[in-house]
Amino acid sequence: MRRMIALIAPFAIAALVALSPATAQAQDFKLTIKDHKFSPEEIKVPANTRVIITIVNEDASAEEFDSSALKVEKVVAGKSSGTVRIGPLKPGRYPFIGEFHEATAKGVVIAE
Amino acid sequence: MLGALVIVFREVLEAGLIVGIVMAATRGVDGRGRWISIGIGTGVVGAAIVAAFAGVISQAFEGSGQELFNASILAVAVVMLMWHNAWMARHGREIAAEMRQIGTAVSEGAKPLTALAVVVGVAVLREGSEVVLFLYGILASGTSGASIALGGLLGIFAGAAFTGLTYFGLLAIPQRYIFSVTSWLIALLAAGMAASAVQFLNNAGFAEVLGNTVWDTSWILSDGSILGKLMHTLIGYTERPTELQLTVYVGTLFAMGLLMRLARYRPEQRVAV
Repeated sequence: MRRMIALIAPFAIAALVALSPATAQAQDFKLTIKDHKFSPEEIKVPANTRVIITIVNEDASAEEFDSSALKVEKVVAGKSSGTVRIGPLKPGRYPFIGEFHEATAKGVVIAE
Repeated sequence: MLGALVIVFREVLEAGLIVGIVMAATRGVDGRGRWISIGIGTGVVGAAIVAAFAGVISQAFEGSGQELFNASILAVAVVMLMWHNAWMARHGREIAAEMRQIGTAVSEGAKPLTALAVVVGVAVLREGSEVVLFLYGILASGTSGASIALGGLLGIFAGAAFTGLTYFGLLAIPQRYIFSVTSWLIALLAAGMAASAVQFLNNAGFAEVLGNTVWDTSWILSDGSILGKLMHTLIGYTERPTELQLTVYVGTLFAMGLLMRLARYRPEQRVAV
């Protein structure tokens, strides 16, 4: 039993370290949804680092922030907000949409 | 109307595929209709509740509540699928044998059925809550609500029809192969869910290791397309997997295979040796 614990403990500690939030160095960006449009429609973020995006939905209806390029699918309820962490991104353009209002809700994250 | 149909269909697709596979996997097990119905019913009620509290959920845990919620219910589904496959590895042979005798129902089916009811329930819950939010938003805004609500309804029917297609498609597989085919499908389903779960954790600020993208196949098959969504559910396809997702995917498949091997019961082997 003791040997089992001795064997498992390093893995458990490694897992805890890996799973704990390490976002002290990440930069914050804000995205607002109003009238089913994102503002700003272009966000410039630093490449090769973690980035935090806070999405504020000022509309009454929900929106799904969706980007396969950023690997994010996030529903933000009406008159609500949510935070999502992305990256590290290689330099480039990463489009996103509001899936519930795809015609108007579009934008792009530019990593540089 | 068409737009709403497509959006709702895309959301319903994943849950529909899972229900179809679960129905095929439990063919011949007594009481499966009741359990799967309970799973779907609970999922729908849960979806409405989750949608009603969407604002609270998304603002919980510093804005990452939704990601943590999704990761948790995906993890529950993965565990339930593992349990089912282990159980099937042990009892599948008896069930197949009993199925050949007309009128014989398998009563021990209750165990994996509760597990699969949970899987169906959380799949409906996750996709359903998005459908509810989408349709509610349209009804609330009042603009041409009726036609879009009709589109949404048709989308749900299309999703249900797709479930039927999956189920009858799988039933076309000869009976002696159906358990191994559905076991493989469920193993891939679970691996894909586990890979999605770690990405949700990553978006919430946890599991921030091995974050580099391994490949980008968005030019062949994009995650946003219907086929991409199908393959995402079926085998866990994603256009840009991270190292962590790939590791977890392979790890889940490996764990599933190991579990099924350990659970397998071979009485005839003892006689042979």
